[in-house]
Amino acid sequence: MKVALFATCLVDTLTPQVARATATLLERLGHEVVVPLGQSCCGQMHVNTGYRREAVPIVANHVRAFAGAEAIVAPSGSCVASIHHQQAAVARRAGEHALADEAEALAGRTYELSQFLVDVLGVTDVGAYYPHRVTYHPTCHSLRLLRVGDRPLQLLRAVRGLDLVELPGADQCCGFGGTFAVKNADTSTAMLTDKMANILGTHAEVCTAGDASCLMHIGGGLSRLCSGTRTVHLAEILASTEDAVTPHQTTRPAFGTDSGSRR
Amino acid sequence: MTQVFLGLPTAPRGVGHLRGEQSFPDAARGALRDGQLRANLGHATSTIRGKRAAVVGEVPDWAELREAGRAIKAATMARLDEHLIALEEQVTARGGTVHWARDANEANEIVTRLVQATGADEVVKVKSMATQEIGLNEALEAAGITAHETDLAELIVQLGEDKPSHILVPAIHKNRAEIREIFLRTMPGVDETLTDEPRRLAMAAREHLRERFLRATVAISGANFAVAETGTLAVVESEGNGRMCLTLPRTLITVMAIEKVVPTWRDLEVFLQLLPRSSTGERMNPYTSLWAGVTPGDGPQEFHLVLLDNGRTAVLADEIGREALHCIRCSACLNVCPVYERTGGHAYGSVYPGPIGAVLSPQLTGVEDNASLPYASSLCGACYDVCPVAIDIPSILVHLRAEHVEAQTYPTPEAVAFRTLSKAMSNPRLWRLAQKAAGLGRFLARGKPTLPAALPPPASKWTRTRDLPTPPAKTFTQQWAEEHRS
Repeated sequence: MKVALFATCLVDTLTPQVARATATLLERLGHEVVVPLGQSCCGQMHVNTGYRREAVPIVANHVRAFAGAEAIVAPSGSCVASIHHQQAAVARRAGEHALADEAEALAGRTYELSQFLVDVLGVTDVGAYYPHRVTYHPTCHSLRLLRVGDRPLQLLRAVRGLDLVELPGADQCCGFGGTFAVKNADTSTAMLTDKMANILGTHAEVCTAGDASCLMHIGGGLSRLCSGTRTVHLAEILASTEDAVTPHQTTRPAFGTDSGSRR
Repeated sequence: MTQVFLGLPTAPRGVGHLRGEQSFPDAARGALRDGQLRANLGHATSTIRGKRAAVVGEVPDWAELREAGRAIKAATMARLDEHLIALEEQVTARGGTVHWARDANEANEIVTRLVQATGADEVVKVKSMATQEIGLNEALEAAGITAHETDLAELIVQLGEDKPSHILVPAIHKNRAEIREIFLRTMPGVDETLTDEPRRLAMAAREHLRERFLRATVAISGANFAVAETGTLAVVESEGNGRMCLTLPRTLITVMAIEKVVPTWRDLEVFLQLLPRSSTGERMNPYTSLWAGVTPGDGPQEFHLVLLDNGRTAVLADEIGREALHCIRCSACLNVCPVYERTGGHAYGSVYPGPIGAVLSPQLTGVEDNASLPYASSLCGACYDVCPVAIDIPSILVHLRAEHVEAQTYPTPEAVAFRTLSKAMSNPRLWRLAQKAAGLGRFLARGKPTLPAALPPPASKWTRTRDLPTPPAKTFTQQWAEEHRS
């Protein structure tokens, strides 16, 4: 299948290794990956902060960039949820009905990574090898808007060498919430502290999730505490194999390493 | 005054309890550092959460029941005027008197006048959100009338000169040791050997209240439901104090917000299943009192129903926001909210805290009077999942954020930033430039994997507690383009 990869603005700009891993994984599974270079953002941050009018041209750009794509995959539950639940609505509210229809059609072909692997490709064992103790945080939008359920766990259970430990209070929000993390920084930090306590209680080396944004928040907190536990995106774990276990794919932070520069 | 929807009046300023003195982030800052409060809230909300999940899980058709509740509320709101007039006719035909109150001031005046007409200088009260909303107790006090709260938790709050912090459990922020201290300090003639054993505390409150129930000639209540076709009012409660207030005094005054009406008796079947399981985690509500008008020789001989608008018609005019009026005040959304669990109810500044408060209070007052509340959520969606009438609270929050942004007459620095970013994100060439500019941030890190912890605002709001990753030299799309250039 020809898969168009939507990196998302955050991953593209700050954690390119997550998009790289997604592409590597899909190619390893025998699919052709294309990366439309006109892509930028889904518009969620604008919508959720109150700038729904300003989100409309961003939605239009997204629709232009991915026009004609057979299937679109993004390594983010939150961005895919916004594409499914918000894009058409903000366009329609602004009177852009043609754009709304196009966005709706595109949303029907847009998948979060774990959904795409399990539901569309029908695989749970992607041939990955990741010899680490890992706990999984289900991000709110993948859990409650996309209802990905246990798909990421099915994928993780099939990873060779991976020791999966259950995260207590897993369904509790980590406190990221987009601009909530800065507008209500204290409350966000209180939520993060409880999430980190649960993560550290599992003695996992790695906390994984399907959203680089939540991981940037959790990982930023863990890093500030100088804890040994790091955050690694689900795509990076699934992309790892016996042949490709490099220092970059072990328990180093999901950010801070530039996967483009192999040492 | 800023009026958001078509100029319809919002709840007036200077009366009632819908507006806080501080913005949510400022009020939350103090609450988050109160260890006792955090412990009390964490314990209480997780207990109720567990109870609710168990009793909801055992209902095989919960999803259908929830959809029925949503549909009844939506249909009722669509013809609210007709149902209210039908209710007035039925209540009047059964010997009650209906009063229409445009806002908190009118409602307070009506109730004060009615109490004064009986010659009473004190009243007993059933726990009621509507009377808290309009500040009725303060209005009565100003007229020389003492209001005695009779719900245990509401009594604790009243005796402690505190404010309620939860819709269902107003004293959720207090533990039993704190309650014992309040009783010992404020209850006349209380047993000095009182311990913090729940039973001893309840008995002390009971003794204190019994005397007032038997003495009172006027009671004031709210209402959970009113059935338009029969003129029946309904109050659900757990302690029996409501039953005492609704049956013993000679005069009963009920203050009910207009959205509480349901068209038919059968509609109660749905809500009396949804409400107790969602709110207290009980299969059935302990005391459900229903009455219609007056019955000669039995119960109150004078009944007044005060129908309160106080901004609700304005909410009804907003096609996204109006769903907030479907709320049946179960408080399930408070108990699952990760924000509420950590800040408690006082941080919201309104009698309606938590997720439902964050969408209801700003609409009742006009968004600009409660502008920080729609942002007091991480949009995690737990509230929507548990709401027994399926109010899409996250979508309303997002809608109200936009209403706030669009109400600004001058561009804020945030708006300038978001508009600039929108321009960049809608144009691939500009976006690449913006990404390059962001990438320059890596030089601040001087080779380290994270940026310095002390960055200027607004980045400081992030970096005070969390590291920020050092931006890479090349974005993913840039790397990909270079590799696939052929």
